[in-house]
Amino acid sequence: MLLQGKSITKSFPGALALDAVDFNLLPGEVHALLGENGAGKSTLVKCLTGAYRRDAGAILLDNQPINPRSTLEAQDLGIGTVYQEVNLLPNLTVAENLYLGRQPRRLGLVSTRRMNAGAREILSGYGLQIDVSRELSSYSIAIQQIIAIARAVDLSGKVLILDEPTASLDATEVQMLFSIIRHLRDDGLGIIFISHFLDQVFEICDALTVLRNGRLVGTAKPADTSRLKLVNMMLGRSLEEEIHKEKDRTASVDPVQLQFKNFGRSGHIKAFDLDIRKREIVGVAGLLGSGRTEMAELLFGAVGHDSGEALAEGKPLRLTSPRAAVAQGFAFCPEDRKRDGIVADLSVRENIILALQGQRGWLRALSKSEQTAIADGYIARLDIRTPDCEKPVGQLSGGNQQKVILARWLATNPRFLILDEPTRGIDVGAHAEIIRFIEALCDEGMSLLVISSELEELVDYSQRVIVLRDRAHVAELTGDAITTSNIIRAIASDGHEDKVLAS
Amino acid sequence: MNRLHPALRRILPQLITLVVVLGCNVLVFPDFFKIEMANGRLYGSIIDILNRGAPVALLAIGMTLVIATKGIDLSVGAVMAICGAVAAAAVAGGSDVATAVVLALCAGIVCGLWNGFLVAVLNIQPIVATLILMVAGRGVAQLITEGVILTFTNEGLIFLGSGSLMALPMPFLIWLGFGVLTAILVRKTALGLLIEAVGINLRASTLSGVRGNVLIVAVYAISGLCAATAGIIVAADIKGADANNAGLWLELDAILAVVIGGTSLLGGRFTLAGSLIGAMIIQSINTGILLSGFPPEFNLIIKAFIILVILIIQSPIVQSVLFALRMPPDRSGDDAEPNRDDRADERDHSMQKEGMAP
Repeated sequence: MLLQGKSITKSFPGALALDAVDFNLLPGEVHALLGENGAGKSTLVKCLTGAYRRDAGAILLDNQPINPRSTLEAQDLGIGTVYQEVNLLPNLTVAENLYLGRQPRRLGLVSTRRMNAGAREILSGYGLQIDVSRELSSYSIAIQQIIAIARAVDLSGKVLILDEPTASLDATEVQMLFSIIRHLRDDGLGIIFISHFLDQVFEICDALTVLRNGRLVGTAKPADTSRLKLVNMMLGRSLEEEIHKEKDRTASVDPVQLQFKNFGRSGHIKAFDLDIRKREIVGVAGLLGSGRTEMAELLFGAVGHDSGEALAEGKPLRLTSPRAAVAQGFAFCPEDRKRDGIVADLSVRENIILALQGQRGWLRALSKSEQTAIADGYIARLDIRTPDCEKPVGQLSGGNQQKVILARWLATNPRFLILDEPTRGIDVGAHAEIIRFIEALCDEGMSLLVISSELEELVDYSQRVIVLRDRAHVAELTGDAITTSNIIRAIASDGHEDKVLAS
Repeated sequence: MNRLHPALRRILPQLITLVVVLGCNVLVFPDFFKIEMANGRLYGSIIDILNRGAPVALLAIGMTLVIATKGIDLSVGAVMAICGAVAAAAVAGGSDVATAVVLALCAGIVCGLWNGFLVAVLNIQPIVATLILMVAGRGVAQLITEGVILTFTNEGLIFLGSGSLMALPMPFLIWLGFGVLTAILVRKTALGLLIEAVGINLRASTLSGVRGNVLIVAVYAISGLCAATAGIIVAADIKGADANNAGLWLELDAILAVVIGGTSLLGGRFTLAGSLIGAMIIQSINTGILLSGFPPEFNLIIKAFIILVILIIQSPIVQSVLFALRMPPDRSGDDAEPNRDDRADERDHSMQKEGMAP
């Protein structure tokens, strides 16, 4: 046994996050850790790596009890972690990142030459031939992820914990990462793999452990289980009706609500025409970097447009800033929740009323009781899992943070809601819930523009799908033409066949 | 302890610190709490602290709001000098006291708007942006006073610095009134919440339709207004505008008052009451050292030492140890502990963010 956790228990004020959870990792094994948001996956990992101090239980590494008090100590013991958001310094070079804190020295000075040579050697072991003296940020997230893994393995060398490593990678990059993971596994490393993508779990993992509400549900071999069983284990309920949802989305016959004519910005996204009807969901598909987020930012006024105009029922709209857009009844849930969405230190209540208060202006304050009423209303309606509305939103899980941001916009009663990757990095349960909300909001008469890299999802709820490529609209699919294969064909056409769709 | 009002519980550590510092003062100067009435006004060490602490208290009010937006205002000392000079020059030129005060306050607001423009519009880092006026401001003040200490005899203006009302010194009444008004302004409107939101995550706030940049300009303007008021008081107190020494280094005391008061330099949650208590703690230390009769050359060392002790007690490590000793792990823990973890996280993030900024 390489790494063993024995009845690890951890409680936070008001919640038992881990309840006597056992966890066993063999050398040369890729072990998936699965569970809904808030199931206790990250808490378990943080206990194992010393980021949290456990309340009870034992950790054994190579059958020796260990007691890491910090991630640094765990690293020295042999347990390295790579997080979803790459935890390196983007403004340093690749080599500096690999050697940060242990740069080779010559006469007391850092020897850049030896550092770069060492970095090249480390990375060649990963099949990566890149210029190590360039800044980390000049490389793609996938490369950065591999560099983070290389650093963790080089520092630790026994156990590698990967927290959602594939969340921002496209399919080719995922395959590149997987071949590295397999390689490390064959070298005898124990790898803990946390992911929401069940396909990937089945593809790469040798064992899986499922947590729910801080309890161990079970451990299994992928060969002995099925997707459905796994989902059942994770949710504690059957999801069958969700998976086989019949789709009866017909094209909206309601009047056009918003018109964007020749709307664009040079260097950002090529000018496009877009009509959005009332009670309509328009899906947007495209590879990472195809201009999806740029389009959303442009529509919301976060980036000014330099051509074209926007009309609402024939009257021109001023969309020069997010504030102006909000005043027109626009709302925007951004892709990067942490950076653009939540205000982490503020409470759930304050986060929910933020846009509404911004709209009302600072003079017309919502009273505390009004705020609580609004917040509690959305906590109940969206099933936001929080002990109360005063908890800082940064302490909620990703899915719940997403719901808080959704609540923030619903509180302003928008007519046009832009959702950029609303289900990214969210567990299966919250995923289904959010899709249900998208459909419910549409039925209530709202117009929605949903950007997603999950094509099945787009096909499921969109009445129209716009396909982007190289920062331009390249196709618009309607009705029966909305199929995943049509979308892929539109994305891949025109000499782009080699690119595979974002997962 | 949990029965206390949340606002009061928040500033409890600062109140305890103030009591301890005052207690120490009694040890070195037994008559410390003695208050006498003479000529229709109160005298005594406590009154003296409330009076002498006025400039730092006023600066701390504005500084708290600026720091809450993740900014800092180094220029307040120089702005005091400018505004004191403006007031002095105005009365010396024959204006009445009201005109002089209004002119000085306007000068302070203009200085604040300048800082806010540099920070919010030109996106210059606050510490650098306000450094510009910190350096240039004394030069501006010297131009106004034409290089001399500009003295005046206007009774009305002098009253603001050394007069008294209802037996209490004017400077104290001014900072107290200013503090209460500002607290009402930020807490009875949504301003406080929006300032905190902007300080924690400007991008997210702006995307939520909050006018982040306008708020940032506004807090620097308020800070300039506070500095102007402090500058008027200091000039009125010495019956003259000293461009070189008025408000010298006071920006640092004001920042210290905010930090002691429990507002993080990382921005976000702020407490005005805490900052005002922080200002009084600093003044109590100053007064206590003077009263104790230590040789004056020790003053700065002793002051630094006491502040070091206060900051160590408030440091996250010591606080979590105290927290663990005090609280059995039950529901009563509230949000105190996780908040602290959060701060640590935030620090990591902000390190990264700086690197990523274009």
